[in-house]
Amino acid sequence: MDFALTDEQRMIVDMVRRFVADEIVPLEAGLDPDADEVPPDELARLVAITKEMGLYGLDTPSEYGGPDIGLVTRSLIAIECAQHRAGLYAPCYYAFGGSRQAQLFEATDAQKEKYLEPMLRGEAKMFFALSEPSGGSDPARAIQTRAVRDGNDWVLNGTKLWISGADRADYGLLFARTGGPGRAGVTCFIVETAWAGFNVRRIVHTLRSAKYATEIQLKDLRVPHANILGEEGGGFSIASERLSRQRVPYAAECIGVAVKAHQMAIEYAKIRETFDAPLASRQGIQWMLVESEIDIRTSKLAVFDAASKADQGEPFRIESAIAKLVASEASGRVVDRSMQIHGGLGVAKDLPLERWYRELRIRRIGEGPSEVQKHIIAREILGAGLR
Amino acid sequence: MAVRLDKPWIALTDANVAALAGHLGVYQLANAADVIVYIGVADARSMFGLRGELAAMRDNPPAQASQFRIEVTMSYRTRHLELLQAYLHDHGGLPVANTDIDQARLGRLRPG
Repeated sequence: MDFALTDEQRMIVDMVRRFVADEIVPLEAGLDPDADEVPPDELARLVAITKEMGLYGLDTPSEYGGPDIGLVTRSLIAIECAQHRAGLYAPCYYAFGGSRQAQLFEATDAQKEKYLEPMLRGEAKMFFALSEPSGGSDPARAIQTRAVRDGNDWVLNGTKLWISGADRADYGLLFARTGGPGRAGVTCFIVETAWAGFNVRRIVHTLRSAKYATEIQLKDLRVPHANILGEEGGGFSIASERLSRQRVPYAAECIGVAVKAHQMAIEYAKIRETFDAPLASRQGIQWMLVESEIDIRTSKLAVFDAASKADQGEPFRIESAIAKLVASEASGRVVDRSMQIHGGLGVAKDLPLERWYRELRIRRIGEGPSEVQKHIIAREILGAGLR
Repeated sequence: MAVRLDKPWIALTDANVAALAGHLGVYQLANAADVIVYIGVADARSMFGLRGELAAMRDNPPAQASQFRIEVTMSYRTRHLELLQAYLHDHGGLPVANTDIDQARLGRLRPG
């Protein structure tokens, strides 16, 4: 494996790193430590800069105006964008365009015109609703939301849980059961939040405030047949594809936070003295820093292995599961060590460590818990007999 | 947990505010007719948390606020948003003194 960066990748990394240091970090000084957004005028200014950089709309294909970058470069950017207080769940406060619902790029022309284009123009927001109270790790079996055909419409009833952004979205992708149990019974619908029967019941309060989750209740929600995305019964493959690809930059963001926390620990260990000697002179502290260094390097290898395979068009399902598992777990350990080295300051809101600690704990569960990643890997290495 | 805050109102007096701890959280202010006039938050920038925020409100009560109620929570940002959205759903607009909130940027909640 050759993970040497190209000149272009080095230039992009330097550019994004300067952007975070010069534009984002100073901005955070005036915000609440848990803030996840900046005032609209500030965001517009930041977006103008990222557009000038040619990096706006990171997850938008180049044919739709996004930058022409692969998953390795996307991961490099994710590592840099996460290196500030809000960086894990609100990287650069979405100045690079926020997340896209990539499945819409495969939509029909009519669906693209109505739903994709407004989103690309920044005029509309979307959500992605897969998980339910019955579970999110095994959607093929857990989905109980039911869609029943009625003429040219489908009537949906059920509950979705842990859905980010549904209260502010204009429409979204929602998965419901149109057939029997298992994968073939799940269909993806494009639903509009203004339609009668679509209700965001509550915000689900968790360890994070950025990109908060909501609970959606569907009560006789009528969805036109034309709003099926892909094929009837083809919803699971849409969800599965998204999750595999998304795991890689998701893992890279974890590394970004770990890199910053590790830098802070190193700097603090050099200047903080106890018993007439700097912390850095103590073997106990040195070993903590060494373990963090190993955690970060190991995570980077896993992420770039997955991203590189994806860029080369090779299967990367097992690699993306390993990357997500390794990076989310390792980054949590790195931040935990950094907090320990910082002592009382580490748990105070004066520093970003306590926020990263809380948010990274979610990363071991979000986008498939560590145990599900292990299950994915086990299935791949043991074969279909385990399914 | 309930979406709406329905604790009893407490008089917005020096003694009652001084008895509060410096926790982070959310609060509501009401006038003498129990009409909510403001939904606020004591975030991590607040000096002395809820006590500091409510002391400031006691000194300059908005819209003739004379009562308050609080909820201590570390999820103060999302809880503040939820209370604002629930009020918006119930009343079609924000409390009269919440001129600090851009209603257009709030999400849409339809609590049961």
